[in-house]
Amino acid sequence: MDLNLTREEAAFRDEFRSWLATNVPRDWSAWREKPLEESFSYLRAWQRRLHEGGWAAVSWPTEYGGRSATLMQQAIFWEEMARVEAPPMANALGLGLIGPTIIAYGTEAQKKRFSPRILSADEIWCQGFSEPNAGSDLAALQTEARLDGGYYLVNGQKVWTSYGWVGDWCELVVRTDPTAPKHKGLTVLLVDMKSPGVEVRPLRQMTGESEFNELFFRDVRVPVENVLGKVNDGWTVAMSTLMYERGSYGARLHLLFKRNISRLIQLARTVPRNGRTAAEDPLIRQKLAQCLAEIEIMRLNQLRAFSRITATGVPGPEGSIQKIFWSELNQRVQQLAQEILGPYGQLLAADSHAIDKGVWSYGYLRTRGNTIEAGTSEVQRNITGHFVLGLPRSY
Amino acid sequence: MEFGLNESQEILRDSARSFFAGECPMSEVRRLMATDSAYDNSLWRKLAEQGYTGIIFPEEYGGVGLGKVELILLMEEAGRALLPGPFFSTVALAGSVIDAVATAEQKKNYLAPICRGEARATMAILEAAASWELEDLQMAAVNGKLSGEKLFVSDAAVADWILVLARDGVFLVDRKSVGVTTLPMFSMDLTRKLYAVQFNNAPAEKLGDLAGSPSALDLATTALVAEMVGGMQRTLDLTVEYAKTRKQFGKTIGSFQAVQHQCADMYLETESSRSAAYYAAWALEEKVPDARAAVSIAKIYASDAGRTVGNRGIQIHGGMGFTWENDLHLFYRRAKASETTFGDATFHRERLARLTIDTPSVAGMSA
Repeated sequence: MDLNLTREEAAFRDEFRSWLATNVPRDWSAWREKPLEESFSYLRAWQRRLHEGGWAAVSWPTEYGGRSATLMQQAIFWEEMARVEAPPMANALGLGLIGPTIIAYGTEAQKKRFSPRILSADEIWCQGFSEPNAGSDLAALQTEARLDGGYYLVNGQKVWTSYGWVGDWCELVVRTDPTAPKHKGLTVLLVDMKSPGVEVRPLRQMTGESEFNELFFRDVRVPVENVLGKVNDGWTVAMSTLMYERGSYGARLHLLFKRNISRLIQLARTVPRNGRTAAEDPLIRQKLAQCLAEIEIMRLNQLRAFSRITATGVPGPEGSIQKIFWSELNQRVQQLAQEILGPYGQLLAADSHAIDKGVWSYGYLRTRGNTIEAGTSEVQRNITGHFVLGLPRSY
Repeated sequence: MEFGLNESQEILRDSARSFFAGECPMSEVRRLMATDSAYDNSLWRKLAEQGYTGIIFPEEYGGVGLGKVELILLMEEAGRALLPGPFFSTVALAGSVIDAVATAEQKKNYLAPICRGEARATMAILEAAASWELEDLQMAAVNGKLSGEKLFVSDAAVADWILVLARDGVFLVDRKSVGVTTLPMFSMDLTRKLYAVQFNNAPAEKLGDLAGSPSALDLATTALVAEMVGGMQRTLDLTVEYAKTRKQFGKTIGSFQAVQHQCADMYLETESSRSAAYYAAWALEEKVPDARAAVSIAKIYASDAGRTVGNRGIQIHGGMGFTWENDLHLFYRRAKASETTFGDATFHRERLARLTIDTPSVAGMSA
C-alpha cells in the first residue's frame, strides 16, 4: 500500500495540469447553469480541444486514440479536471461507456469506424437500454430486431435515454431471439439515429427539465455489420457497459461532492441559528462532519476498488456498492443543504432571492433520481448479494 | 498510487489469519472469557514468538520494525478472531505511547520486555467524568507520586505496568507497587476486561509530556478501528453463511430480498470501514497533514458501522442470533465497547468539525 503518486503518475498529473492551465476555458461559469441544449456546442468545442491535446479519453488504448492510462491516472485526470472546474465533455456516454464497450467487443472495422468520431465529438452517442416495461428487469426488454436480408428490422420503444435529442448513434439492446430464455436472446446493435423510422421525444422529469428522451423505432433498418459482439450475446455486452457506468462514475463525483460540502460549510457560517451561526450549531456540525467523512470514504472506496480492478482488468460487481454509496450520500448532502438554508432552500433559479441561483432546490429534486438511474439501489443490493456475497438469486 | 496490499503485507495477513484460527478458535475465546482476566500465558508466549508483540517497535529494542499498515492488518485479524486478553492494551496502546514519548533508556526498560513477550502493559486515561478530552484530566503527579482513581482501564489486572495520562504528563506505574489497587468493572465485552485502578501515593515514573501522546493515541484508535473491521467481517461471514443454509417457507432465507439487502449493506459498511482504517494507518505512517482527520473519519464511520453490522447480523440470525450459544453476541459486545473507546462517532464528528469547519478553508481532507 502506497498512496503517494508514482513518478509516472506525478509526470502524468503535471503534464495534464500544465495543459489545462493554458487550455481550460475561463468562461464556463457563465454557461454552466444554462440548459444543455444551449451549452452543448460549447461542450463539443471543449471536447475537441481536449481531443487535440490527446486528453479526451485517457483510459482508451493508445492505438485507438487514448493514452492507455491506468485507473489511478484516470482518477488523477478527473481530479485535475475538477480542480480547475473544467466543463464536462459533450460525448460523455461515448467516451466513458460506449467507446470502451466497442473497443472491448467490436470488430476491427467498427473500432476504426466509430472511435475517432467519438473522440472528436463529431458523433454523439446515446444508450438505448431501458424500456417502459423493462427497467430494473432489463432482460425483459421487448424491442425486437428481425433479420431481413443484410439488415435487422427494429421495432420498439426505449425510455430514459440521455443525450437522445442530440445523439447521432445509439447503443441499442434488442431482442433477436424471442424463443430463447430472456438473457440469451438479446443482441446489441449500433444504430444510426438518422435512420428512417427513429423518433425522439423529450421526457419531462420531476425537476421540470428534459434531460432524457423516449426513443421510438418503427421498421428501422440496421445493417448486420452493426451488431456489436455476438448475436444473442447482447447481455454480456450490455452488462460490460453498465459495469463501466457503475465503476467509474463515482471517481468523477467525489470532487463535485467536495465542492458542494465546502460551499455548504461557507453558507453555514453565515446563516443565523439559535443566536449563533449554523456552523456553530452542534447538530448541524454533526451532520456536516458525517457528510465530510462519507465523502472522503467514497474517495477511499474508489481508490481501493481501482487497485482491485487493476489486478483483474475489468470492473467487477463491487462497483455496485460505489453506486449505492454515492447516490444515497448525495441525497443526504442535499437534505442537509435544505436544513441549513431553511426557507431559502426551496427557491428556484427564477427567484431573485434564491441562493446560488437555485442550485440547492434543483439538487434536492434531482438527487431523487440518483438512487434510480444507472441501476436502482435495490438492484445494486441484489447484485451485491448475489454476485459478491454468493447468496441465491432473489428475483 | 496503490491501495492494495503488497506481497509481504498479504503474507503477514494470511499467516496471522491462520495463526489466530489455530490458536484462538471460538472455543478458546469462550474458555478465556469465563476467566477473571481473559489472559492465557501460553497464548501470550505464542504471540511473542510470532513477533506480534514487537511488530511496530524499533529493532534496537527487539521489535520487528514494521509499519503502521502492518499493525492494522494484524489487528484486523485479531478482531476477526475476537482475540481475548491484553494484546491491544499492551502493543497498540501502551507500547505505542511508550514508543512515542519515552526516552531511549525507558524504551530499553519497558519496550524491550514487551517485544520479548515478557511484560504486558495498559493505559489509564479516563476518570470519573469519562471524558476523552485531555483537557478534562484531573489527576496530576505530586512529588513523583500519583493519587486518585482511573476508570475503564483495560486488562489492568494482568498488566505489569500501567501508563497513566495525567495533567502534567504521561507516567508509568508498576502495578505491583504499594498504593496501586485494581478492581474489576463488570462490562459488556467479556473478552476484554475493564478495571478501576486506584492510586494512593503510588510511585510514578514520568515518560514524557502529554504533547507526545495524541499521535500515539491516534494510532491506537486506528488499530482499534482495524480490530472492529475484523469483527465486522466475521459477523458478515457468519451471517452470509447462515443466510445460505437456514430455510424458511421452503427456501434459504438469503434468497429473500429483505435479508439479502441487509447483507449487502453489511458488506458496504464493512468495506467502507476497512478503506477508512487502512487510509488512516497509511496517513499516520506518512505523517500526511490530514492524518488526524483521517483517524476521526475512520472512528466515526466504524463506530456506527460496527454496531449496525452487528444489529443486522443478529436480526438475520433470528432467534438463533439471540441465544448465548451463538457467537454473534460476543462480537456485538466487543463492538459496543470499541464504539465508545477513544470516543464514539458523535465525539469524533465534533473533533472533525473542529479540524474542518472551524478553519478558514476546509482543510483536513486531501483532494
